[in-house]
Order: sequence, then C-alpha cells, then structure tokens
Amino acid sequence: MSPAPLLEVRDLRVEFPTRRGTLVAVDGVSFAIEPGEVLGVVGESGAGKSLTGMAVIGLLEPPGRIGAGEILLEGRRIDRLPAEEMRRLRGRRIGAIFQDPLTSLNPLYTVGDQLVETIRTHLELDRGQARRRALQLLDEVGIPAPGARIDHYPHQFSGGMRQRVVIALAVAAGPRLIIADEPTTALDVSIQAQIIALLKMLAREHGTAVMLITHDMGVIAETAHRVAVMYAGRIAEIGPVREVLQAPRHPYTVGLMGSIPRLGAGAGKRHARLVQIEGAMPRLNAIPPGCAFHPRCPRRFERCGAERPELLPAGAARASCWLYG
Amino acid sequence: MFAFVLRRIAQAVLVMLTVGFIAFALFRFVGDPVLFMLGQDATPEDRERVTRLLGLDQPFYVQYAKFVGRAVQGDFGLSLRQVQPVSRLFVERLPATLELSFAAAALALVAGVGMGVYTALRRDSWLSQALLALSLVGVSLPTFLIGILLILVFAVMLGWLPSFGRGETVALGWWSTGLLTWSGIKSLILPAVTLGLFQMTLIQRLVRAEMLEVLRTDYIKFARARGLTDRAVHFGHALKNTLVPVITITGLQLGAIIAFAIITETVFQWPGMGLLFIQAVGFADVPVMAAYLCLIALIFVVINLAVDLLYYAVDPRLRIDRAAAAH
Repeated sequence: MSPAPLLEVRDLRVEFPTRRGTLVAVDGVSFAIEPGEVLGVVGESGAGKSLTGMAVIGLLEPPGRIGAGEILLEGRRIDRLPAEEMRRLRGRRIGAIFQDPLTSLNPLYTVGDQLVETIRTHLELDRGQARRRALQLLDEVGIPAPGARIDHYPHQFSGGMRQRVVIALAVAAGPRLIIADEPTTALDVSIQAQIIALLKMLAREHGTAVMLITHDMGVIAETAHRVAVMYAGRIAEIGPVREVLQAPRHPYTVGLMGSIPRLGAGAGKRHARLVQIEGAMPRLNAIPPGCAFHPRCPRRFERCGAERPELLPAGAARASCWLYG
Repeated sequence: MFAFVLRRIAQAVLVMLTVGFIAFALFRFVGDPVLFMLGQDATPEDRERVTRLLGLDQPFYVQYAKFVGRAVQGDFGLSLRQVQPVSRLFVERLPATLELSFAAAALALVAGVGMGVYTALRRDSWLSQALLALSLVGVSLPTFLIGILLILVFAVMLGWLPSFGRGETVALGWWSTGLLTWSGIKSLILPAVTLGLFQMTLIQRLVRAEMLEVLRTDYIKFARARGLTDRAVHFGHALKNTLVPVITITGLQLGAIIAFAIITETVFQWPGMGLLFIQAVGFADVPVMAAYLCLIALIFVVINLAVDLLYYAVDPRLRIDRAAAAH
C-alpha cells in the first residue's frame, strides 16, 4: 500500500441515539481506498454498507451520527468539517450515485439545467462553458445525441439512460472518489452490465476511486479490485476480490459464497444443494458479545463468544475471525 | 394541450349553465313576480297583460334561454329594491370587493408560503413552534370574531386604523380605487387581514407539510450529494416541487375569499358585492341574488381554469406530449 491512500476510514462508528439507548449501526469499521481503485462493499440489508457510505460523504440523516473514528480524504480529516466546507467537498471531491435513477433527478428541471447547476456550483465557469461541459459529460456517459437530449426532462429518459445522467451529475465536477450505493439494483439485468462497464471505464480513464456498495456478488466480481464483506455493522473480511471470492476465510464469507447458485462446474453435481446460513443477522439492539457472527457460525469455539476479533491476516486477505488468531 | 383547454372550457360552460339554471329557478320559487309587481288588487286582465309582457306565459325553457341570453350580456334586470339595473349596482361594487380580496390573497400567499417554508426548514426552533400554535388559532377562530377583535384593538383601543368603510377613493374610469389614497390604504388593512388570516394559516400548514414531504425525497438527497448550496436545495429544488398542490389550494381559496368576503364586508361595512348581497337577501331582491350567484360561480370557474393552466407552467411532465418521450 502506498503511504497516503485517497480515502482512509479508521474505526468508524455510526450510532443512532434512541429513547432506549444508543443503537450502533456501524462499529469499528476501518478500510482504505487507493486512487483509481474500486472497493466493493457487500453484505446483507442492514449490514451497515450504505450508512458507511453516507458517513463518508457527510449525509447521515439525523439522528444518525458519527460516534467515533476518523475519515480522511487525501490525508485530510473530513468527518469534523463545518457543514459549509463539507458541502463544497461533496460533488467536487466526493461524488455519489444512489440506487434509484428514477427518483434521483428533480422532475421539474431539464437534465441540462441540473448539470449546469452542479458544474457552476463547483467550478468557475460561465453559463456557456458549463453547458459545453454538460454536453461533453452526457456524451461521455453514452447518451446518444446529447445536443438534443440536454434540454429534455428526466421523465423523457428511460431508467438506464437516467442512471447515466445521474453518473454524469456525480462526475460533473471531477471528484476523486465516487460512492456508488447500489447503482444497478433498480435496473434491468441487461442495463446493469452497461452501467457497470461505464463506471469501470470512468474510474479507469479519470483515475477516480469508487466505493461500490452492493449486495450483488456478480457485480463485485466483475468490477472491484478489493472487496469488504460487512456483517452486523462490522467488516468480516476484506481483501483482493479474487482471493475473497475463491478462497473465503471468514466463515460468514464462506457461507455467503456457498449460497450463490452456480451455473458452471458446480452445476454438474446432480444433488448439489444451495448452502444456507442458519439463522438471521442480529438486530441492532441485540448484537451478541464477542464475534457478532458466532451464534450462527459452524466453526465457533469458546473465545468467539467472549472476545471480539480484530481484522487478522488470513491468506492474502484479512478476516475478523479467531480462526486466524 | 389545445384539446385539453377546449375540454376544460366546455366543462366550464356546462357548470355556468347549471348555475344559471339555479339562479333562474330563484325567480320562480321566491314568490310570484306578477303578484309582487301589481299587488293583490289587480284585475285578471292586468295580470294577464303583465304576465305576457314579462314573457311568463311562455314555456320555462324558452324563458330560461332568454334569461341566459340576457345574462351573457350582463343584463340581470332591475333591482327590486333600488330600481336600478343590477349590472350597474355590481359594477359600482366590484372594485371594492376585488381590491379587498386580492389584498387578502396576496397577504395570505406571501406570508403563508414564507411561514410554511420557515417552519419546515427550522422545524425545532421556538419561532416555528410559535407560528404553528398561532396558525391553529387562525384556523379555528371564525372570521367575524377575528374582525371584531381587530376592530377592538386597532380601531377602538389604539385608534390607529379606521373601523369601517373604504376611506377616500379615486375614480379611474369606471373603477374606483382606494389604493391611491392614504385613508383608503389604512381602511384596507384591517379587513384584508381579517379576510386573509384563515387562508394564510391554511397555506402555511400546506406548504410546511409539502416541504417536509419533498425534503425526504431521493432527488433532494442527491442534490445534497452533488454539493449544491442549502439555498439552491431548499428554494430551487424543494420549494418548486411543493408548488403544484399549493397552486391548487391557493386558487380555490382565492375564489373562497371573494365569495366569503360577505362576512368581512358586513363586519367592516365595506361597500362591496358581499354587502350588496346581504342587503339583497334581507329584501328578497331576487335579481341581485341571482346575479351574485352567477358572478361568484363565474369567478370560481375562471380561477379553476387558470389553475389548470398554471400546472402546465410548473410541471414539465404535463407539458410534453408523452409520445415525444424517447426510450
């Protein structure tokens, strides 16, 4: 790893104060993203993937808040920035793409207006220059005939085209990092591949790093360099994508990989059944002590219920599991 | 778009014909006009002559058609009480009511939207709580009580503002305006506040609720993620999306303001159409009542039409032909 990663998150804790005590939704999460790298973040719903992304971009919805930890962008701490400075960072240094392209665009403005507004918020350009840049961006994200489409309203675009517009908006001011929160979940399978290819292409050509949040292992396998597997607000395993997918170390990751239906070699066995992890992810107010996964873990031993494991080296990856302690 | 307007105009005409029929029916059911004009002692010959003169011997649909024909030209006959053409009475009174109504509506809209936006954005500030509590008072107190209270405080106790009338007016052609004299403006304040208060609180609550709704949407979240300023997010993106329901309600409320100016005009002895109507009811002055009914209906219909057209101006999804959407 190079000495100064683009994004570094250390011991991040996101909590929600409630009347009956504080719920901890993200607990002790640490990771780094290098320039130009695509980090996949996977996990079940409620594992804390999106909250981690929202914390990085400074858009946690109250009462949610960062309880502890640090977030550093290009070596500078950003989790304690005043609201106005954080706002200037958003869009300029960190872009974001959300799940639903149908609802991410304001229906009352043309896509051109929304692009020009974003560009002029961050860059010192006049209206004409901003519009030319907007045209260029639409062209770059693969909107056919951008000159005609720039003055169209969002409802005149299809879902996949709208997600392209959303991506153009996210990269409009040339951010170094893009947080893509389930960018393909709401799209057709055929469109998904195109959007993923587009994201990859943009990241490669501009050297933009991507934090790709998804629950789709296929998307991760195709796109990410490294992957972080989250469980109950913690990172279970993090490492190079091939390593984690082919030789998972954490029992949760093992279970997760086993539960993916395969069409290739594995399909040959007639009676091969899908593996299922017994039980369900714990609720936020009932996270077990020690390793959060231990009640469901087939390989648990005494230490698992008593002490919480740190991320420990496990092959080329790191896993928070006492098997490697 | 053109077909839509045509359809709405056709509907409007239908509504007006129906209201006209009800107004027409007033003449037939509120006493016998011949008896009313000639008195009890008239001979049967006189009665028959007057009946024929008034066209009352013809079938009702012919009478109705004639009524509509005259009404379209603004002719509602003579006021039974003041023995003047009804139309002239209304033309004299119209400016007073319209000035009062538009002042009240402008107040309600500007203050209502402003307070609504503020209470939505600063949900927890004490001023928001105070405004919300105050708006409850505005919604629940009846208009005449608010008027009397305002008179008590500002006219009787403080003596700042006049308690009745329109003050001095200036004639601009047939339009008499109170907006050009100091006493006219002073006279306008209390009635306008009284009339607009209910609508203002209504608009405030509506804008607040709509804003809170819109602020939760994905495109607001995405606008923030793009680093737009709070100002752009709140006023450029959020407020504009609340406008469609606000326009609907405000439009309908403008009609209601004009129609229900009756009470305010009575409390403040404001020489408008509402006062004219109340006096007409007291004397069973049917032509005046019928004309008022038709006029108010016309105002509602016109406002509704204007509101529908405003939607097009605000929301592009309605404006563009669906067939043009490429996929």
